[in-house]
Amino acid sequence: MNPSLRWSTFAAPSRFFRLADVLNPWLWGVAIVLAVAGLYIGFFVAPVDATQGNSYRIIFIHVPAAWISMVIYLAMAFWAAVGWMFNARMASMLARALAPTGAMFTFLALWTGSFWGKPTWGTWWVWDARLTSYLILLFLYLGFIALVTAIDDVVRGDKAAAVLALVGAVNIPIIYFSVRWWNTLHQGASISLTKAPSMAQTMLLAMMLMTFAFWAYAFAVVFTRAQALALERERDTDWVRALAGKELQ
Amino acid sequence: MLSAFTAIYARDLRLALRRRVEALLPVVFFIVAVSLFPLGVGPEPQTLRVIAAGVVWVCALLASMLSVANLYALDHSDGSLEQMLLSGHPGTVMAAAKAAAHWTITGAPLVLAAPVIGLLLDMSPQGLAVLVGTLLLGTPILSLLGGMGAALTLGLRSAGVLLILLILPLSIPALIFGAGAVGAVDSGISTSGHFSLLGALLIITSLVAPPATAVALRIALE
Repeated sequence: MNPSLRWSTFAAPSRFFRLADVLNPWLWGVAIVLAVAGLYIGFFVAPVDATQGNSYRIIFIHVPAAWISMVIYLAMAFWAAVGWMFNARMASMLARALAPTGAMFTFLALWTGSFWGKPTWGTWWVWDARLTSYLILLFLYLGFIALVTAIDDVVRGDKAAAVLALVGAVNIPIIYFSVRWWNTLHQGASISLTKAPSMAQTMLLAMMLMTFAFWAYAFAVVFTRAQALALERERDTDWVRALAGKELQ
Repeated sequence: MLSAFTAIYARDLRLALRRRVEALLPVVFFIVAVSLFPLGVGPEPQTLRVIAAGVVWVCALLASMLSVANLYALDHSDGSLEQMLLSGHPGTVMAAAKAAAHWTITGAPLVLAAPVIGLLLDMSPQGLAVLVGTLLLGTPILSLLGGMGAALTLGLRSAGVLLILLILPLSIPALIFGAGAVGAVDSGISTSGHFSLLGALLIITSLVAPPATAVALRIALE
């Protein structure tokens, strides 16, 4: 019951399931506490921005969401590759579980970005390099999710998703730089995010709190989704039966 | 290895020659799709000239993606795809030959049709020349990427639309530099940067896409 910890310890779905069960309440707790604190500081304590007024406060959601959505794509590609190379079932399930959360955060970043753009730039959308590359990132996520759900065979779905995620990860820098170049060619003096020379300490604090809150939330949701996937795929195994028996009693 | 490449390439061309009308469908789609734009946007030459390169490129992209969906599907359904993979020749060579055949059958006609289409959209002669050059470098990229998408979605119910969703984001760099070169020549900037980047994209894609296609085919047929 207490195996020595190796790097592959939690590759077994049953052990991962128990680990996620233990971690999830903590992750939810951290996510809620940090989000409440971050939102409170962000919306009530942080000073009003000199040039943008109160509308800048959306960055406390926007920037963390943008960070996390990029990292999740790389994590997804990484776990998909691990699952493919080492035939690790749990890694493939984790890759699948990451995709919807990543897509959600990408959408959140785009949506909050356009809410910020309306009062600040006077338009919901500009074909700025950042916005365009985020839109493409959302397309990549949607393609991944669509491919995974279209393939009925689980093993084939995992492997095909790994190929797509890896090709996508290789392409992300190429896409990003081509979009940037396209943007500078087409609209020379476009609106750019001019950063304030120094961000107020409270602003930075709120942003950091929100970042950690989002991370905790992402871990919790991804773990729960991976647990559901593990239960579904391993439904014929003893550990799932034992678990189901325990629930029934 | 070369013999396997030429054999598959020649076979695909022969098959296309036996179904001439089918092989020409992508180019017809291309022409029809481009000619919808003046109807939608309006006939002012000024407007058309500005959007011409982008419209031609986007329509060439869509025509490639629509036609590539069947690249492996027919061979898959009659079992010849499995035989090719079992033949002992590297799958990469087969994927490269299939992509090359697809380009010869659909990409090359698109390149040939582009100047005529460009004239309909009132493009300048220099713009036309650059457009043909970028398509010549760009359409093989689309065939290679499309082949990979076709292999990933082989045998799936909604393969056609799914393939487009998977591959379009990956082909955005080709679109940007292809259409961008025409914009550059019209505003008097050198296009060598665009051509170099397109060439680099073509080299990277031809190194990465055939092995990825071969892997995806093996995954699909397991």
